[in-house]
Amino acid sequence: MRRQGSLFFQTLGDTGGTILVALLLAAAVLVPILNGLPASSPFHVSNYLVSLFGKYLCFALLALSVDLIWGFAGILSLGHGAFFALGGYAMGMHLMREIGTRGVYGNPVLPDFMVFLNWKELPWYWYGFDSFPFAALMAVLMPGALAFVFGWFAFRSRVTGVYLSIITQALTFALMLAFFRNNFGFGGNNGLTDFKDILGYSLQAPTTRVTLFAASALALALGYVLCRFLVSSRLGSVLIAVRDAESRTRFLGYRVEHYKLFAFVVSAMLAGIAGALYVPQVGIINPREFAPANSIEIVIWVAVGGRGTLWGAALGAVLVNYGKTYFTGALPEMWLYVLGALFIGVTLFLPKGVGGSAREWIGKLMARATKAKLALAPQPGVTE
Amino acid sequence: MNAHAPATAAAASILYLDDVTVSFDGFRALNKLSFYLVPGELRAVIGPNGAGKTTMMDVITGKTRPDSGEVFFAGNVDLTHLDEAAIANLGIGRKFQKPTVFETQTVDDNLRLALRDKRGVLASLFSRTSAAQAERLDELLLTIGLADQRTTLAGLLSHGQKQWLEIGMLLAQEPQLLLVDEPAAGMTDAETEATARLLRAIAKDRSVVIVEHDMEFVRALEAKVTVLHEGSVLAEGSMEHVQNHPRVIEVYLGR
Repeated sequence: MRRQGSLFFQTLGDTGGTILVALLLAAAVLVPILNGLPASSPFHVSNYLVSLFGKYLCFALLALSVDLIWGFAGILSLGHGAFFALGGYAMGMHLMREIGTRGVYGNPVLPDFMVFLNWKELPWYWYGFDSFPFAALMAVLMPGALAFVFGWFAFRSRVTGVYLSIITQALTFALMLAFFRNNFGFGGNNGLTDFKDILGYSLQAPTTRVTLFAASALALALGYVLCRFLVSSRLGSVLIAVRDAESRTRFLGYRVEHYKLFAFVVSAMLAGIAGALYVPQVGIINPREFAPANSIEIVIWVAVGGRGTLWGAALGAVLVNYGKTYFTGALPEMWLYVLGALFIGVTLFLPKGVGGSAREWIGKLMARATKAKLALAPQPGVTE
Repeated sequence: MNAHAPATAAAASILYLDDVTVSFDGFRALNKLSFYLVPGELRAVIGPNGAGKTTMMDVITGKTRPDSGEVFFAGNVDLTHLDEAAIANLGIGRKFQKPTVFETQTVDDNLRLALRDKRGVLASLFSRTSAAQAERLDELLLTIGLADQRTTLAGLLSHGQKQWLEIGMLLAQEPQLLLVDEPAAGMTDAETEATARLLRAIAKDRSVVIVEHDMEFVRALEAKVTVLHEGSVLAEGSMEHVQNHPRVIEVYLGR
């Protein structure tokens, strides 16, 4: 049976993705081994690199989630950082409960900031977070639920384009203000930090860190496979139809708002998973993760990597963040200018991003190769 | 029209609009419009700009809600409470004035999206093209003359080919009623001729309403003509009848 999506996906889309998944699986296996080698070995991968790239992989998963809705359904979310942060908070809450009596105040139930605020008992919405499975579930469900409620109203009211982008910004901004408040119960300005261990393993231990790295690599690989499955199905074909001609799709009998809602919720859940993996690796989650500028940065990663390619978005996140690490170290005051220049440069010279352009070049090369092959092949007779 | 006996008229019709009024900021786009189509009929709707042709299409397909009046499909289905998707699934297909196809997808995929099938999110996710559907696709490609372009991206087709692809997509929906907005606009003479032939063939087993400016094209359709003016019906009948109608001449030629 012929595949759905045909040419659009048969080109580099799959090749790039296959390379990405292969690299991720290899990294998940090899990096822990290489990290275990003695520091004197030339093949040793330092703890610094492990935690750095572990963080990048979380960003890559976040970028992937944005590409699913922006690249395929045409929904430009400028508030996806909110779903990432919510996933992060869910994990952070569990890690806070894990601290137990090792906190400054030694309270077995209440996290330090609650003792400091003179709270006597745990707020109800912190119940259950002592369990890792519950917290992991919440890291997916909370972003999903918020995306469902938000998307239900926004898509049903047919808010599209720049208006939708603006209200997604407003969403993440409102959440930032709420989480900054001490009485909201999530640590206010300082957020959640001073984590000790996860599932009984110290967060400082190199083995824990490299395991988190491997988990992030696997999560990204699985996330990629899921997204590729979605966009290669007929559902993906409908999403692209919505992106390109929304009212036409409606008149074909598709409930556009249901399709958008589905993609938006899946995307928010992926962003939540990315956030939940990110927090134990950086050791802190605070309201600044909700900052509107963060969400805009995610969109730049996707634009640089190539909107609508999935693997390009992941690549873009790693490239831009590597650049950020480099510049904020070497020329700290220059970073924002570099980011701005990058965005303008990509828009002007690589409108399809690194991934989209690579796909185009390889497509051209393959076309040339087929042409050459045809020219070499024995010519059929003159009769047709 | 006899306002007291709409029920019988509605029951025998495929499309029935009675006393429909739509206002935008005080402007009456449709003014007590009544329109009636029997099953299997091919009807051309003409009228100057702003006569309400597109608004009428919008009302039938659920894009615009009428302020007052009745709209019934297939005798007894009230269209005024349904949204676009529900109306499309009832069997009303619509073609836009500007050819609207999914440009980044192939001709095949465009038709596959339109093919009669379950339209739910999960149904789409796990959908496979059945042998019967594949056969239907081949058939449609032949009908619209794009069999050689099936793997071409729709965005690369010529203007005329896009129009045919869109008509093919409408056919794939297997509608009982087709609404076609200016199919001949911007076409070459040969393309116009081919389009008229295609539409006449389509009208053999379904009802079709065609909005058009091009008089030659309307003549080629050999259909009953309805003239709209300022949101209501000015004249109705054969092309000759309509062309000789004094009010029509007045409206078209100016006073």
